[in-house]
Amino acid sequence: MSKISVQHLNLWYGEKHALKDTNLEIEENKITAFIGPSGCGKSTFLKTLNRMQDYVKGVRIEGLVSLDGEDIFGKGVDPTLLRKKVGMVFQQPNPFPMSVYDNVAYGPRIHGIKNKKKLDEIVEKSLKSAALYDEIKDRLHSSALGLSGGQQQRLCIARTLAVEPEVILLDEPTSALDPISTSKIEDLLMELKDKYTIVIVTHNMQQASRIADKTAFFLHGEIIEYGDTEKIFSFPEDKRTEDYITGRFG
Amino acid sequence: MKYSIVGSNKTTTREEKAAAYIFIACAALSIIAVVSITAYMIISGTPAIFKVGLVDILFSTVWQPTAGKFGILYIILTSIIGTFFAVLLAVPIGLLTAVALSELVNEKFKKVLKSAIEMLAGIPSVVYGLLGILIINPAMYALERSIYAGNPHHQMTGGANLIATILVLVIMILPTLVNVSETALETVPQHLRLSSLALGATKIQTIFKVVIPAAKNGIFSAIVLGVGRAIGEAMAILLVAGNAVKAPWPFNSVRFLTTAIVSEMGYSQGLHRQVLFTIGLVLFVFIMVINIILSRILKKGEEDD
Repeated sequence: MSKISVQHLNLWYGEKHALKDTNLEIEENKITAFIGPSGCGKSTFLKTLNRMQDYVKGVRIEGLVSLDGEDIFGKGVDPTLLRKKVGMVFQQPNPFPMSVYDNVAYGPRIHGIKNKKKLDEIVEKSLKSAALYDEIKDRLHSSALGLSGGQQQRLCIARTLAVEPEVILLDEPTSALDPISTSKIEDLLMELKDKYTIVIVTHNMQQASRIADKTAFFLHGEIIEYGDTEKIFSFPEDKRTEDYITGRFG
Repeated sequence: MKYSIVGSNKTTTREEKAAAYIFIACAALSIIAVVSITAYMIISGTPAIFKVGLVDILFSTVWQPTAGKFGILYIILTSIIGTFFAVLLAVPIGLLTAVALSELVNEKFKKVLKSAIEMLAGIPSVVYGLLGILIINPAMYALERSIYAGNPHHQMTGGANLIATILVLVIMILPTLVNVSETALETVPQHLRLSSLALGATKIQTIFKVVIPAAKNGIFSAIVLGVGRAIGEAMAILLVAGNAVKAPWPFNSVRFLTTAIVSEMGYSQGLHRQVLFTIGLVLFVFIMVINIILSRILKKGEEDD
């Protein structure tokens, strides 16, 4: 069974029809990449999966999105529990203006963990999982804003891991980073997929081909093609996919 | 070559220079004002200190100008305590109002609320005083009568007391607190709110754990500005405080630094007049200290960013 199942999802921003009858099955413990030109709806689709669209004014959604078989728009769904299970990392590294430790402990604390020892363990474990612990273990209590861009982004991943999600959504997580930081994050995602289901939006097609198991190509609010990454990049079925990945537009 | 870049630029240079001098002269005006006010306050405020003695002025509680007693300890304490409690009450109200404005209410209600607050800021302080006389003083008098009924040691004040003054001050400094903290909250980047929400935090958790901490420098500035406004207020206080030089207990009529000057300057002479200037100097020092604290906060805020 797929981890997330999206059926006939339509989304409007006011009058603008931003997602048009999209269908997608996201598989567990795989990396799924969304590619497509700017404004194609890939980020919109991603933000629907953890209901961050709730905070966008004038948005209207139809269709079914289910996580482990449960309808995320269903009655009685607590969006905070959904977001605990489906974490998100944003395009800009955006740590909170507090210490490294407090950044990582933020999620566990709001979910009710107060025990200092337990928090210490979570922080250490999360930073280790985000391949950041060794670099900054002496600076846990200094401001997170003092870290480099790449470190900040890995801190944001650690912050997301700290609430023990099952799915991690990443919205162009490396587009603000240099190539070395980017490759560190890619390596990290490859390691994380054993434990987590990862969905990544990327502008960078090489990135998708390097790390993703599955790739979906978005265009004008539609999912044009979805399948194994190798197949999408080597034998695209749709002419538009081929044009995009060979650089003829976008 | 279309034209040579060599030309007579004498006139332009002269105009440019003249313009620059005029701008600098205008800018210098405020510096001259600050320096001359400082000098004037020190020159006119110090003679009485030498004649009466610094300790006798600052630490004596007896204010009897006709008997040559110029102790302003009660007046200083009243200003400090009155301002402190006014700010203590106004900060939570102001901050929560600012949070409501910046984070919670819809656009329509926000417009109504904002214009109400702006009007509050625009009301002349004497009107607050009148309102205090009409509403707060009678309420305080009723309270006073019920508490001190049959108590021969208490001198009835008619409700013109420290509490009434604090309440008026609270309303007066609210607009400053709300506006400055709201600006601070609005400048908190949206992505911080979204990251917090994406971690499963509720809106209220996000406000208290991320947004307010991120805006703390601006909020401190709001508090310091509120303190400045409260300590410098004279007109409204003059009308509601009862204006007696007494210890700042809740149900006593009290006199503040500002009202001490205002109420006696008209008829004072000689040493009495000089002491009033000394009170002005004390107030001036208070305000200066507040300003220094404010600029420290703002500077620290820039370093943090």
